[in-house]
Amino acid sequence: MATQMRTQVAGTRAGQRGDVAPHKRMSPGRYMTELGWRHLVGVVAVVYAAFPLLYLISASLAERGTLTGSNDLFSTVSFNNYADLGDTLFWTWFGNTLLIAGITAIGTVLMGAAAAYAFSRFRFTGRRAGLTALLIIQMFPQMLAFVAIFLLLIGLGNVVPTLGLNSKIGLICVYLGGALGVNTFLMYGFFNTVPRELDEAAKIDGASHAQIYWTIILRLVSPILAVVGLLSFIATFGEFIIARVILQSESNWTLAVGLFGWVSDLLEAQWGLFAAGAVISAVPVLALFLFLQKYIVGGLTAGSVKG
Amino acid sequence: MSTPHPPQVEAARAMAPEQPPAAGTPRRTSHARDFGRGFVVKLILMALVNALGVYVVLAAWGEESYGIMWSMVAMLVVADYVYFSRRALPLKYIVPGLVFLLAYQIFTVVYTGVVAFTNYGDGHNSTKQDAIEFLLISNERRVEGSPTYPVTVVRAGDQLGFAIVNADGEVRVGTAEQPLQTVDGTATDGVASEVPGYEVLGRQEILENADDVTALRVPVSDDAEDGSLRTQDARNAFVAKSFLEYDEEADVMRDLSTGAVYTPSDEGYFVAEDGTRLQTGWRVNVGLDNFATAFGDARYATPFFKILAWTFAFAILSVLTTFLLGLFLAIVFNDPRLRGRKIYRTLLILPYAVPGFLAALLWSGMLNRRYGFVNEMLLGGAEVGWLTDPTLAKLSVLGVNLWLGFPYMFLIATGALQAIPSDVLEAAKIDGAGRIRTWWSVTMPLLLVSTAPLLISSFAFNFNNFTLIYMLTRGGPRFTDASVPLGHTDILISMVYSVSGLDGTAAKNYGLASALSIVIFVIVATISALAFRRTRSLEEIN
Repeated sequence: MATQMRTQVAGTRAGQRGDVAPHKRMSPGRYMTELGWRHLVGVVAVVYAAFPLLYLISASLAERGTLTGSNDLFSTVSFNNYADLGDTLFWTWFGNTLLIAGITAIGTVLMGAAAAYAFSRFRFTGRRAGLTALLIIQMFPQMLAFVAIFLLLIGLGNVVPTLGLNSKIGLICVYLGGALGVNTFLMYGFFNTVPRELDEAAKIDGASHAQIYWTIILRLVSPILAVVGLLSFIATFGEFIIARVILQSESNWTLAVGLFGWVSDLLEAQWGLFAAGAVISAVPVLALFLFLQKYIVGGLTAGSVKG
Repeated sequence: MSTPHPPQVEAARAMAPEQPPAAGTPRRTSHARDFGRGFVVKLILMALVNALGVYVVLAAWGEESYGIMWSMVAMLVVADYVYFSRRALPLKYIVPGLVFLLAYQIFTVVYTGVVAFTNYGDGHNSTKQDAIEFLLISNERRVEGSPTYPVTVVRAGDQLGFAIVNADGEVRVGTAEQPLQTVDGTATDGVASEVPGYEVLGRQEILENADDVTALRVPVSDDAEDGSLRTQDARNAFVAKSFLEYDEEADVMRDLSTGAVYTPSDEGYFVAEDGTRLQTGWRVNVGLDNFATAFGDARYATPFFKILAWTFAFAILSVLTTFLLGLFLAIVFNDPRLRGRKIYRTLLILPYAVPGFLAALLWSGMLNRRYGFVNEMLLGGAEVGWLTDPTLAKLSVLGVNLWLGFPYMFLIATGALQAIPSDVLEAAKIDGAGRIRTWWSVTMPLLLVSTAPLLISSFAFNFNNFTLIYMLTRGGPRFTDASVPLGHTDILISMVYSVSGLDGTAAKNYGLASALSIVIFVIVATISALAFRRTRSLEEIN
């Protein structure tokens, strides 16, 4: 009892050192069987997880931008590959991707949240059927219908070229078509956790449904908005098949389509370029991901998968 | 989308004595008297929507796309009703998403179903009417004994055209879309030298566009029967007429030069009695033929069943391997005494935070047979065909997916482990259960209950993990015995992509591709429905 007390006091006083105390009293053998091996596994796992990324960074810094030239890790460090990206369409693709993924994410959040609000707060005929329908639609990934999407866009393009093939706006519209199906359910669950008493109090104070939505509910559900926005951004960022089918001219491509072209055409020659491009492309997603890590972990366990 | 009213308006309304907030039926000012900021914003947005909508309607009218036109009209009517009526409150929030959902998801799924029963694809791209027009145009031949005209190649914008001088000395000009018409041009030595509205092309420019010039056909008049003006040397033009003739009443195509008669067949071709057919066909309903091809025609069925088996194996093994590794790591790091758990977690989820397509491309380089890092550095120059040997390629795909997927499983397993209430574990301990017994009888069942829906989602995701397969192996190595470009690591969705021909490696066959999509729909739906029924996630609806 007394020792415990002392440890606790030491812990509060010396912060970090409090955690160390129990380890010190373990015999090395016991430490190995209880904790040491966990560190061993951890180090192995971290090497496994991080090594390919280390290799990627090294390859992007290699002076010779070939696949073989990238194998000696960090033997040369030059920014040639990064500079050479300027001579390619990389930055155009980068901009296209950020634009398409950004608008899609914002649109998805706005439309999904609005629908979730309606399903969560209003009682109307067809509500149950609507929810069930969404649950079923959720099972059909949009990309399975890419042939039909392609044919639809041929037809739309004859009428309004901006909605047709080879148009970024057309692609964004297609992505927004998947917005309700994937995310409404996730948001619906979260909206339900906001107590209805809040809306009712606001209503009695004279707030309209729109005021309740924009000024009260949306602020309270902001974590799920962040998760849905981020997941939608990441999914759109890496989406390949529909982007490939719809965007035909090179200047309209997204990163996924463009970088695939580099690697599949001339794997050997353009490896350095690819590596540099990949490092830059990974940065926005990686940054968002680590920044919003705690939200994502919550969002994942609420039932979403990486797209 | 509805917008908030300014607070002061609302506050005033709440205080107004003549408007007691009646329970159940909230009475509100009519929009006609309520010109708040929100209403103005709504009005502007709706005006924009209506303007765009009317533009689309008119454009569709012009292009005679009546399907698009009526859908747009319906959408506009619904949108205006919803946002200007007070009855459709929930719809105000659902309509924006619903419009996109209907157009780009529900319609496309239904349309996939429709295309699956047709022979849409190369050779059957359009309607019968279009096919007839194309056949008439593409089977042209110079009319024997017809005169030649000295021709001038001209250009308006990016459209090429021909100008000739007729017997009366008039200059006539036309393009592919504009039949010949008389204009007020200048003729020099019987050759049109100046044509208003057109730029006369010089020799050099003609040479640069030689292919376009020889392919150009300028209709002589609005009537296709009159033939069209063509040239082979850009100096002299002649009138060419189709040697095919379509007989509308008998619905047959006649070859005027041979006298053969082609009748339309059920497959969407004009076929002569001796079995020869005209190359361009049209779209027809072929019933279950596409499904019969997928399951019965050896060219497709043999690879199809192999691919089907591999798709299942890939999806199941992916979920299993990633889950086991993720779970193992979650258990390892689930000891509160372990220091640096946060750092471990951040580093371990790195693969998950990298966009999937980049990771697949990265590994495709690292696993390259001759120059890849794995072979050259780790295995000392051994040329192991990680992506070119059928068995190794499958293992590589699974291995790369393990790298990509284990962090996700690690995260959800950690979450699930920490959510298990400690009193349950204590109760097991008090009842005398050992570590292993507690694990199997308490922890594991609880863990599976909470992660099962996610495992099902993960299965469905991997079942259609096109990006990974296509970026890593493009489905290769190819089946050596198949005539269609399919390979050992192809999964169903990448097979659909190859069969559709949209990547340009095979003839386009939208019908068969759609039929295969339907097969995937059915498989995924069945599995999800069965699984979700068991986990009873439908209960959430109430």
